[in-house]
Amino acid sequence: MIRVVLPTHLRTLARVLGEVHLELADAATQRTVLDTLEARFPMLRGTIRDRATQCRRPFVRFFACGEDLSHEAPDAPLPEKVASGAEPLLIVGAMAGG
Amino acid sequence: MSAVRVLVGTRKGAFVLTADGKRERWEISGPHFAGWEMYHLKGSPVDPNRVYASQSSGWFGQLIQRSDDGGKTWAPMGNAFAYDGVPGMHQWYDGTLRPWEFKRVWHLEPSRTDPDTVYAGIEDAALFRSTDGAQSWHELAGLRGHGSGASWQPGAGGMCLHTILLDPRDPARMFVAISAAGAFRTDDEGATWRPVNRGLVSQGIPDSSAEVGHCVHRLAMHPARPNVLFMQKHWDVMRSDDAGDSWYEISGNLPTDFGFAIDVHAHEPDTIFVVPIKSDSEHFPLDGKLQVYRSRTGGNDWEALTSGLPQRDCYVNVLRDAMCVDQLDACGVYFGTTGGQVYASTDAGDHWNPIVRDLPAVLSVEVQTLP
Repeated sequence: MIRVVLPTHLRTLARVLGEVHLELADAATQRTVLDTLEARFPMLRGTIRDRATQCRRPFVRFFACGEDLSHEAPDAPLPEKVASGAEPLLIVGAMAGG
Repeated sequence: MSAVRVLVGTRKGAFVLTADGKRERWEISGPHFAGWEMYHLKGSPVDPNRVYASQSSGWFGQLIQRSDDGGKTWAPMGNAFAYDGVPGMHQWYDGTLRPWEFKRVWHLEPSRTDPDTVYAGIEDAALFRSTDGAQSWHELAGLRGHGSGASWQPGAGGMCLHTILLDPRDPARMFVAISAAGAFRTDDEGATWRPVNRGLVSQGIPDSSAEVGHCVHRLAMHPARPNVLFMQKHWDVMRSDDAGDSWYEISGNLPTDFGFAIDVHAHEPDTIFVVPIKSDSEHFPLDGKLQVYRSRTGGNDWEALTSGLPQRDCYVNVLRDAMCVDQLDACGVYFGTTGGQVYASTDAGDHWNPIVRDLPAVLSVEVQTLP
């Protein structure tokens, strides 16, 4: 089980409170987490990754275990503690603008 | 008793303002989608409870929302705006070529006949249509494919398709306007398009007869006379009597003919409203006085409408989608400002009152006249 923390605006959009818990069919990577997340919450499509390019949106960041994973490859394994559910994957709206 | 519902899009959410036909006491609902930029909301003329909304943010991109109960509850719809085929390139500010890239939806125009059909004007400029209530979107690619697309260049606000007019008499005819490409018309339901900019004169365009490249800010039409179009260009207020084939200037005695918004009285096709703005480098009213100007002669002769509007120290702007008229016998006129005020007049502009004063910056105002 993967734990995902969404930013406030996306929790409101997806109508969820607190963490989202996901069961993945494949190994835990950014891509498999986001694919599973978007399958369960279709309204999030395009909000974290660009719909056309599937690239992370510029002002969205990924953090886990005290590390910035934003620039990791989409298919790189997530940290073991994220894969095991010990730590959440944090999807964060960058502090920029107003 | 009839009623009105005013749909307000702001930089930080949407608001729904409702009143009975007297338009004196208002109920304010919102913010809906708090914290998001709401570029535009508009209701279906066929089913007033069907309202479409464009929701976007610099962080999380573009969403389309739909309400089926007049704005009380909303549901996210489709947001896949994929250009048809290879998007191609257009001019960038510095004259280099840049690929077409979807950024946001500026304007939503519901069909006059089918509540499930709605058009979207987007940045980078293109026109999309949905026929399933905004669940899926398809580009009307003939517009960008007209041939001039590669020479289109963004205005200061981006290369946006911001105006969509549907001809009430001819369902095959539509008009759109793009900053800074100009106005375009289709006579075959969007399959093919042609620029309709003859007569526009824009400083800075070396070729005065250029087919495209004009910074059209807004078009307006009276539904009873769809061949007559009014235009607020970057500078100049213009009129066409032949569905855009040719234009002539009607700025007349306006104190400045720069501006963004323009609209037509609901029952008087020759009564038009503009909000003059000082200049393209100073986006606020002249001398700190917020004034709507009205022409009852289809242009050239203008009168200032000031009663109820601030006449000192006012430095707000009124954006292109932020003015509208209702359909009541005593025509109501509404506009919103970047200072967060929404003003209403129940007598075609003679007198104004603020409905609200302290919203976030207003991006768009639309009104629905309800039975």
